[in-house]
Amino acid sequence: MIKTFPKGGVHPPDNKLSCDQKIVRLPVPEQAIVPLSQHIGAPAKAVVKPMDLVKVGDLLAQNNGFISANIHAPVSGKIMKIDDCIDVSGYKNKSIIIKTEGDSFAEGIDISQDLNEEIRLTPQQITERVASSGIVGLGGATFPSHVKLSVPKGKTCDYLIINAVECEPYLTADHRLMLEKGKEILTGIRIILKALDVSSAIIGIENNKKDAITYLETLTKNVPEISVQALKVQYPQGGEKQLIKALLGREVPAPPGLPIDVGCVVFNVGTVFAIYEAVQKNKPLIERVVTVTGKAVKKPSNFLVRIGTSVQQLMQAAQADMDQAGKIISGGPMMGKALNSLDIPVVKGTSGILVLPWEDSKRAEVENCIRCGRCVTVCPLGLEPYLLSKLSQKAFFERAEDEDIINCIECGCCSYTCPSGRPLLDFIRHGKTTVMNMIKQRGKK
Amino acid sequence: MSQKLFHVSLSPHIQTRDSIQRIMLDVIIALLPALAVALYVFGLGALQTILLAVCSAVFFEYILQKFVLRVKPTVSDLSAVVTGLLLAYNLPSNLPWWMVIVGTFVAIGIAKMSFGGIGNNPFNPALVGRVFLLLSFPVAMTTWPKPLVNRTALTDVVTSATPLSVLKEGVNGGQTVSTLSAQLPSFWDLFIGTIGGSLGEVSALALLIGFIYLLWRKVISWHIPAAIIVTITIFTGTLYLLNPAVNAHPVFHLFTGGIMLGAIYMATDMVTSPMTYKGMLIFGVCIGLLTVIIRVFGAYPEGMSFAILMMNAFVPLINKFCKPKRFGEKI
Repeated sequence: MIKTFPKGGVHPPDNKLSCDQKIVRLPVPEQAIVPLSQHIGAPAKAVVKPMDLVKVGDLLAQNNGFISANIHAPVSGKIMKIDDCIDVSGYKNKSIIIKTEGDSFAEGIDISQDLNEEIRLTPQQITERVASSGIVGLGGATFPSHVKLSVPKGKTCDYLIINAVECEPYLTADHRLMLEKGKEILTGIRIILKALDVSSAIIGIENNKKDAITYLETLTKNVPEISVQALKVQYPQGGEKQLIKALLGREVPAPPGLPIDVGCVVFNVGTVFAIYEAVQKNKPLIERVVTVTGKAVKKPSNFLVRIGTSVQQLMQAAQADMDQAGKIISGGPMMGKALNSLDIPVVKGTSGILVLPWEDSKRAEVENCIRCGRCVTVCPLGLEPYLLSKLSQKAFFERAEDEDIINCIECGCCSYTCPSGRPLLDFIRHGKTTVMNMIKQRGKK
Repeated sequence: MSQKLFHVSLSPHIQTRDSIQRIMLDVIIALLPALAVALYVFGLGALQTILLAVCSAVFFEYILQKFVLRVKPTVSDLSAVVTGLLLAYNLPSNLPWWMVIVGTFVAIGIAKMSFGGIGNNPFNPALVGRVFLLLSFPVAMTTWPKPLVNRTALTDVVTSATPLSVLKEGVNGGQTVSTLSAQLPSFWDLFIGTIGGSLGEVSALALLIGFIYLLWRKVISWHIPAAIIVTITIFTGTLYLLNPAVNAHPVFHLFTGGIMLGAIYMATDMVTSPMTYKGMLIFGVCIGLLTVIIRVFGAYPEGMSFAILMMNAFVPLINKFCKPKRFGEKI
């Protein structure tokens, strides 16, 4: 039976242009820019200095606190400098710049493609390896994975949920990974089950990836602890709250509620593959699959690229039409970030580069709200976007807090669906940030 | 290459292709079957009233925005066309031409533009226009051309009472519904619309065809019309069962007067109706109750316009108390 979440959501055109393109390994870049903050939480602390020589997989920066992640050298070569560079956020952040020399890997990393299904490490060792390898959530949220593997005291986990929804239009990185690395992903799931000491895992996949569903169903036929669940195509099903609701009917409580409060831990399927490589191959997170797509791209592709490769190199490899390009987006069209420069590097959270043509990159003209209520209908969190947007615009932040503005997951369904083209989410984001700061201030007093 | 500038903005980077114009166009399309019936039943008078109302509504909106409010005119969003069309549908087909223009001026100028244009009006503009005319020119507004016989006449038309006023006056005069039934049209006439009344409200069939179109295009949801129709059926049905001598059959109530037009096109006006499904149901039930109370116990034979306008005033309150269930909230 096909499942989905019951309230809200939209279904934008899929536009999965690159879903039949095999993953291609891109050449190692001549220079890698490696930001120190590629994850949620404290930026990592650099442990190298200019003129140092590093090999692929050497530690560049040490995690700085519990919610933080290690960063490793994606290329071998010489550290040129540690400088402020513009990253995906659009702001300048500390980054390590490496000039590539050759491509030699650090000792102990298994670079063969052989499948290794035998899990030797103990749960404790798995969590430590995931932490030392700098694995973060690759779906886009970049939450450090080792934190999720350590279930807090007093909480229990009874389901591991594998997020293979890929509900963003255009993106196909997870889809291709499942088709090409299915067995590795299955081993990865078994590794996480072992680390969490949980006995069942559900892989949630949207129904527009029928080949991946069939393939994983055949692979899991004799694996009783792992099941595959097809889901009706509905954005934002890849949001973990919506995914848990769709699969198990459980509702994660409002912030600061987490999936673990309803007995679930959620991992993106790309993260599962990274964990497989870290645990079985001792390979830190130095590369990832990135979809390069959009109507202004001649050859929509899925690339396996090293962290630190510039967006420009990816776009050239996919033959992007620079005259047509009007907007470059890191991530999908619903939640991705628009880039203001092509020198920005691929980071751990880069799931795709979407190049929109000039005519599609402008917003519709803003008209009066006609109170049609569509934003209320599509909000998967049961909020009232028209109201939150107005309250934020008029700076009534206390009332916005009473109306649960911090529950917003910024999925963008409201702005997407508004027939008056109103930038609802822009205002709501502003209000949400302000309210979060107000709450933080109150905590300090 | 990196010299080229790109668009930047916050997500989402794609939007639906829906627009106010598209929504209004759908409403206009949905109103076309009723237009055809109006032309068939009332002929030239209906054509004149509709053209006058639509053109003057667009004209007033353009003039007021351009020269009085000095904002960019929004006539291209077609909302003025809808207001004009709906107002015309609520008028007798032989209403003097200048009254039609006064009505659209009140609807557009006072009910819509003085509150800030589309989206800001608390009351349905077309209904404000209609009620203004009804209170100002009660005789002209309740003189109804006889159906089918006046197709080519613009003045000196043959008039007749509407089924609702026949019922009201008859019952007030001490007659019973069964003795009046000879003067009343059959249910079939009521359904297809060969009866007297405002020019756009007569045919339940035509209005229901438009309703199906609006539902299919997802312009409106079923909640408000269903709540109104179910409430009126239950309320008038109960009265009918209690005392069939003075109370008409529920089907008679549903297919006469402005109930279909009001329930499907006026009460569902997005700007003046609640946001949530729960709110819509409450809104619809209250409109149904008020309509029957006015029709059966009040002085007017028809109560739909008053009921909708009264409930329009409660919309902010309904929105305040009918919140959607927050995700993760325990009930």
